[in-house]
Amino acid sequence: MDAVILQVLNGLDKGGAYALIALGLTLVFGTLGVVNFAHGALFMIGAFCAVTFRKILTLEKVVLSETELSPWGTPLEIRTPFAQQWFGDFGNVLLDYSVPLSILLAIPVMLLIGIVMERGLIKHFYKRPHAEQILVTFGLAIVLQEIVKAFFGANPNPQPIPQVFMGAADLGVMVGMAEHVITYPKWRLVYLFFSLGVIGAVFAFLRFTTFGMVVRAGMSDRETVSMLGINIDRRFTIMFGIAAVVAGVAGVMYTPILPPDYTLGMDFLVLTFIVVVVGGMGSLPGAVLAGFTLGVVQSLASMTEVKDIIPGIDQVIIYLVAVIILLVRPRGLLGKRGVMEN
Amino acid sequence: MSDQKKDISRRKVIKTGAAGLFTAGVAPMVFTKGAWAQEFRNDPKGGDVVLGFNVPQTGPYSDEGADELRAYTLAVKHLNGEGDGGMLNTMQPSNLKGNGILGQKVTYVTGDTQTKSDAARDSARRMIERDGALIITGGSSSGVAVAVQALCQEMGTIFMAGLTHSNDTTGKDKKRYGFRHFFNAYMSGAALAPVLEDEYGNDRRAYHLTADYNWGWTQQESIQNATEALGWETEKNVLTPVGAGDFSQYITPILNSGADVVVLNHYGKDMVNSLTQAIQFGLRDRQANGKNIEIIVPLFSRLMAQGAGENIKGILGTSNWNWSLQNAGSAAFVKSFGAEYGFPPSQAAHTCYVQTLLYADACERAGTLYPPEVIKALEGHKFDGMGNGPTEYRAEDHQCFKDVLVVRGNQNPTSQFDLLEVVQEVPRSQVEYDASIFGGELGPYEV
Repeated sequence: MDAVILQVLNGLDKGGAYALIALGLTLVFGTLGVVNFAHGALFMIGAFCAVTFRKILTLEKVVLSETELSPWGTPLEIRTPFAQQWFGDFGNVLLDYSVPLSILLAIPVMLLIGIVMERGLIKHFYKRPHAEQILVTFGLAIVLQEIVKAFFGANPNPQPIPQVFMGAADLGVMVGMAEHVITYPKWRLVYLFFSLGVIGAVFAFLRFTTFGMVVRAGMSDRETVSMLGINIDRRFTIMFGIAAVVAGVAGVMYTPILPPDYTLGMDFLVLTFIVVVVGGMGSLPGAVLAGFTLGVVQSLASMTEVKDIIPGIDQVIIYLVAVIILLVRPRGLLGKRGVMEN
Repeated sequence: MSDQKKDISRRKVIKTGAAGLFTAGVAPMVFTKGAWAQEFRNDPKGGDVVLGFNVPQTGPYSDEGADELRAYTLAVKHLNGEGDGGMLNTMQPSNLKGNGILGQKVTYVTGDTQTKSDAARDSARRMIERDGALIITGGSSSGVAVAVQALCQEMGTIFMAGLTHSNDTTGKDKKRYGFRHFFNAYMSGAALAPVLEDEYGNDRRAYHLTADYNWGWTQQESIQNATEALGWETEKNVLTPVGAGDFSQYITPILNSGADVVVLNHYGKDMVNSLTQAIQFGLRDRQANGKNIEIIVPLFSRLMAQGAGENIKGILGTSNWNWSLQNAGSAAFVKSFGAEYGFPPSQAAHTCYVQTLLYADACERAGTLYPPEVIKALEGHKFDGMGNGPTEYRAEDHQCFKDVLVVRGNQNPTSQFDLLEVVQEVPRSQVEYDASIFGGELGPYEV
């Protein structure tokens, strides 16, 4: 039983990342009608916002020693981080919390990247076939990841968990079970609640703000909203930026779990597209539901008891479930009639 | 008249005949040493000797590939008499003079393996057929090494492997034209086992997470055999997909499995991710069977250790070489490499540099670039001063035998490069094995 609970937690955690990326994808598809294969790259760029923020915080003053030599005979470099030099203990706190703090950098950066991406490239493909949209956005994703690789190299860049969230929480004890039966990494719990929070915020934004109401109206009937004198294109551009921010902050908070490298976006891209299709193209609740469902299914299929019966099932289960769901419900779990059907 | 008759004695005829035979038969061999009658592929015929460096320049191991390329470039400089000479000054015995190979200047071409077998074979073939490469060397994957090695055997081109750790490279897939300086999974297990016994005792239950491909399988098998010989039990071996990213679903079953040792048979990004996540799940903070749960990473590299960051601290593993070694060869190489690039070399860089020098030295000893003779010069060759102590290229399988390093993630690193501390230099005698245990056939000299 404890093994099942742990795998469900794993699945929810993984599903949180899937849902956040799928949510952004669905927002872009629902508003602009674009199938954006560069969305995974936005997740990766968000992760590298955290890497960049930490690199800035760890910029060092380098002084060449006059007395000591390096093992290869050049003067030894003595390095002191500016953050520690200038801010003392507060500098150490900044370093400790570099990942959550880098959200402050990621939000404007991702918003800007999203808007530039939409205005500079994607808007030219609105009326083109989906196949062309996929080709151009996939090409863009490759360009973006090569740029990141050129700056940051191919190796993973580990990011620290703040001290207070290090280690595992004993969840079993909290519900009256014995010690060490159900323990789970604190940071993964943080990520799960963070993803739920972001998802809730996006839904609340669309539901309870005038801006959101106009966007939802535009998603249902773009022409009528335009005829009312509302500049729906501008709002959709901003929604593209918001989708980029959602993917970006998801990437930022994921860095302590998975040290990011330039392939991070591609690793998630295929899975999140399956999530979107299974959830129903254009359906925001569908994307979230499918994200968590497929995450949990994937984790449960990885249990040794399951793999002993069907070896290798963990590697194909998502695709099997997708096939079954699409056979039973061709529009996905919460898909609407008429979306991508003409 | 009688005097003349005396001069044409039987003895004189025999002497003259012998001298004639020597002159006609043996003397030309002295003057034409190295001028082998056989034609061979890419014979430079007095021009530049072209070496083909086939390394990952793109893809997940491109940083490792970049370090290999740095080492190769340095080796070429040293062979041509530029720079401080590096290990040319410490290699023993050495026929290298710093005037190229057999007096011919050394140049190079490069290829990108992309850490994909097909791409690596294509780039190797291109360097051989179009660029005139005399040898192919490099790489950061056993799958690639085995694939390129087979191609080189077909084409009659010597392959000096880069970083490849699978037993198969010089085991069931060994080839006459393939040579490996790097150690292998069997040697990792043999070197690690006694240290594990000292550190963790002989009553342990091990849980293996293993990358689901050739290298992972051979490493897992080697470590399991070595630890079971100590008296350890193997709780389970779970195969994980390459590039899984999130290993949480494979780590959680370990928590309450009763295992008290976790062996991560992963390399590269998989190692970084599985180790990072295992630490986050608190494996090292838990106990099982009354003992602290320990994590082992049998194959370490400094570049991967950088990716794993703090999580590497205190973790045991093995390494082919480390820049902190204090022997003369290592010091000379670190000095050359550090002066050239501003940081110390990785183990991948070291093995590639050594392979280049060994090939060049074998050509000098053979007196020719003709591959079958160079192969014979490498087979069974014993040398020292290259950073690993006395070493031998075993003739039976073309595997180098030398001391193996057991290393531990440094608890108090003094720099971003000081990530691994050497726990023990396990002597070569302890990691040797019978060449026949892994099967395979070297194949012919002449192809």
